[in-house]
Amino acid sequence: MRMAGRKIFISGDEAVAEAVRLVSPHVISAYPITPQTVAVERISDFVEDGSLQAEYIHVESEHSAMSAALGAAAVGARTFTATSSQGLLYMAEVLPYVSGARFPIVMMNANRALAVPWALLSDHRDSLSQLDSGWIQVYCEDAQETLDMIIQAYRVAEDERVMTPMMVNLDGFVLTHTYELVELPDQAALKSFLPDYSTDNKMDLDVPKSVCLAAMNHYMEYMMKQELDMRNVESIIEETDREYGDMFGRSYGGMIEQYMCDGADAVLVTLGSVTGTARVVVDSMRSEGYKVGLVKLRFMRPFPKAEIIEIGSKVKAIGVVDKDISVGYEGIVFTNVNSALSDLDRVPQRLNFIAGLGGRNVSKAHIRDMYMQLLEVAEGKEKEKIQFVNARCEYNG
Amino acid sequence: MDKNMVTNARELTNTEFFYGHKACAGCGGSLAVRLALKVLGQNSFVSLPPNCMSAVGFLFPQISFVTNAIIAPFAANAAVLSGIEAGAKALGLKDHHVVGFAGDGGTADIGIQALSGAIDRGDRIIYICYDNEAYMNTGIQQSGLTPYGARTTTSPAGKNLPGSIKMKKNMFEIVAAHGISYAATASIGYPEDYLKKVSKAAQCESTSYIHVMAPCCTGWGFPGERTIEIAKEAVDCGLWFLAEYENEKFTLNRKPSSFSPVKEYLMKQGRFRHLGDDDISIIERHRDHKWEKMLKNWDS
Ligand SMILES: Cc1ncc(C[n+]2csc(CCOP(=O)(O)OP(=O)(O)O)c2C)c(N)n1
Ligand code: SF4
Ligand SMILES: [Mg+2]
Repeated sequence: MRMAGRKIFISGDEAVAEAVRLVSPHVISAYPITPQTVAVERISDFVEDGSLQAEYIHVESEHSAMSAALGAAAVGARTFTATSSQGLLYMAEVLPYVSGARFPIVMMNANRALAVPWALLSDHRDSLSQLDSGWIQVYCEDAQETLDMIIQAYRVAEDERVMTPMMVNLDGFVLTHTYELVELPDQAALKSFLPDYSTDNKMDLDVPKSVCLAAMNHYMEYMMKQELDMRNVESIIEETDREYGDMFGRSYGGMIEQYMCDGADAVLVTLGSVTGTARVVVDSMRSEGYKVGLVKLRFMRPFPKAEIIEIGSKVKAIGVVDKDISVGYEGIVFTNVNSALSDLDRVPQRLNFIAGLGGRNVSKAHIRDMYMQLLEVAEGKEKEKIQFVNARCEYNG
Repeated sequence: MDKNMVTNARELTNTEFFYGHKACAGCGGSLAVRLALKVLGQNSFVSLPPNCMSAVGFLFPQISFVTNAIIAPFAANAAVLSGIEAGAKALGLKDHHVVGFAGDGGTADIGIQALSGAIDRGDRIIYICYDNEAYMNTGIQQSGLTPYGARTTTSPAGKNLPGSIKMKKNMFEIVAAHGISYAATASIGYPEDYLKKVSKAAQCESTSYIHVMAPCCTGWGFPGERTIEIAKEAVDCGLWFLAEYENEKFTLNRKPSSFSPVKEYLMKQGRFRHLGDDDISIIERHRDHKWEKMLKNWDS
């Protein structure tokens, strides 16, 4: 049954804090970094005013933030941490630790460009550099989705078939610092959606064990188990999203969302907040008769391979917007999409749009231009395969 | 106070909490872990970063800890301990100890930031640094606690250098400068003193720190049966000391009326055997200066 909730006008960072208050972790350890700061400030307020009963650890670094979360998770506590950019890279050593130990820590990452050069605004190079860390990665389009995904993240991560940490990404400033009306799920209904966390995968005074072991001769098998379990996560993400939708009236399509893809000749694949801009462009181009669609990639790990193949089989051209670049090759999302498409007998035309690095604006006009180019390559025209969008200098590719 | 807790050597039981491990015969560090756990008992959560003790104790499927135990990231043993304590508190666990064992490198070098953070917050954890004066697990490299004149694989002694050219970082006073509730130095050569300090640390309501000298026969170059003798002699010759810091006061627990010869202590160990009289007198002068300050400023 659909339970209506209270609506409040908050920023993306505040939506994270509200979600954390709702799921009520036992332990929160976090270190401040722009643009994540408002989230941890609000969480601190909630701990101070007693509306969130949690141990808040004022760690002295991100490396310690994730390590303290690891320690707390190791005794069976529900834990939360939050970071961004340099902070994510600083805790990088501990990410495979947590995923290998199968602790369901949930983390918010405010996507921000990496130094140097320094930039405070958003791109995706921080989180995409950690694709191989064994964490589930989801990207959100707005504050409402962020709140809903923090809640869903605990349900997915703590599922005994999953027991894998999850990183909830939202674009710095564009989402963390802009305000929108956000609906909070009903607290009582939430209790039945997200039961208290309990696990055997912990240090226990009654059943003592060693965790985070050295498994020299069994390393391969440990990793295999991790990969095989991750392959099942997709269906659990989908069932969780559906159930959440039934209870609270919002669901997001699971691994990806297809927007106006029926009968489309050309689609763009996007991650995060740029999706919102692309929706508007698709609407107006569709009204002009252009056959364009949009694929919002929600999860990067596990990767929605089957969904991408399905889309690839029905369109003539696919463009990937990458707010990142793997220097020396191409956009990271593009590489992933391409590898899925390579399973097709007839691979559609593909273009990679490197855009929004360091928060460079990606406007409706830019996106429209991407679609026009895709429609041209769909008709057999040649275009440069990897392009920088809205760059202030020429690119001789 | 935990009524089962051991406070002196006579009360030690035969129950072992760390055994069957693969440490070298005569390893001082393994003794430091074993003895401390005999005091703290079964209800301990033990955390170790990468070091010799975790390398020899966690080899799946031959696990050597009878208590709960975890390997922490190298730089973050103290942070993992803080997390365990916070989690245990939030879950309402009672009558347990949260104890960490980190080497000299894991404490004075890469782990010092996390340790400083934990002491600053006053988290209720027991942090034990077993000091074998080098990065042993990776093959005897120089650490911040390697003493002057010690030959390590990254401070080779040769025509130009006498081995390590720096004195030990002063971890005990660095920790005390945080205003920690309890800190102590110890040596596995004086086990009664060490055991007493572990049980004091266990009763502490906030962070406690013990820095225990734990000779490494393999890295220091002496036969394994001489570990206790060397650990005693380190104290007797004045290059190490037994002290406590509590209630904002330093106290020397052992004040030798005279030191045993430094040269004898050094020459028993392969890592110092290349030293000439000049280097030995540098070491003695440094020792005398340190003791002069301790005797002047600390209670004894
Ligand atoms: C981040 C990181 N850097 C380096 C290492 C390699 N490493 C593992 S154990 C070790 C030496 C530990 O020395 P110490 O803390 O003194 O303990 P000991 O081995 O002497 O007992 C080093 C350098 C590591 N595991 N992790
Ligand atoms: S190398 Fe040294 S510290 Fe390591 S196990 Fe052997 S004796 Fe112990
Ligand atoms: Mg060492």
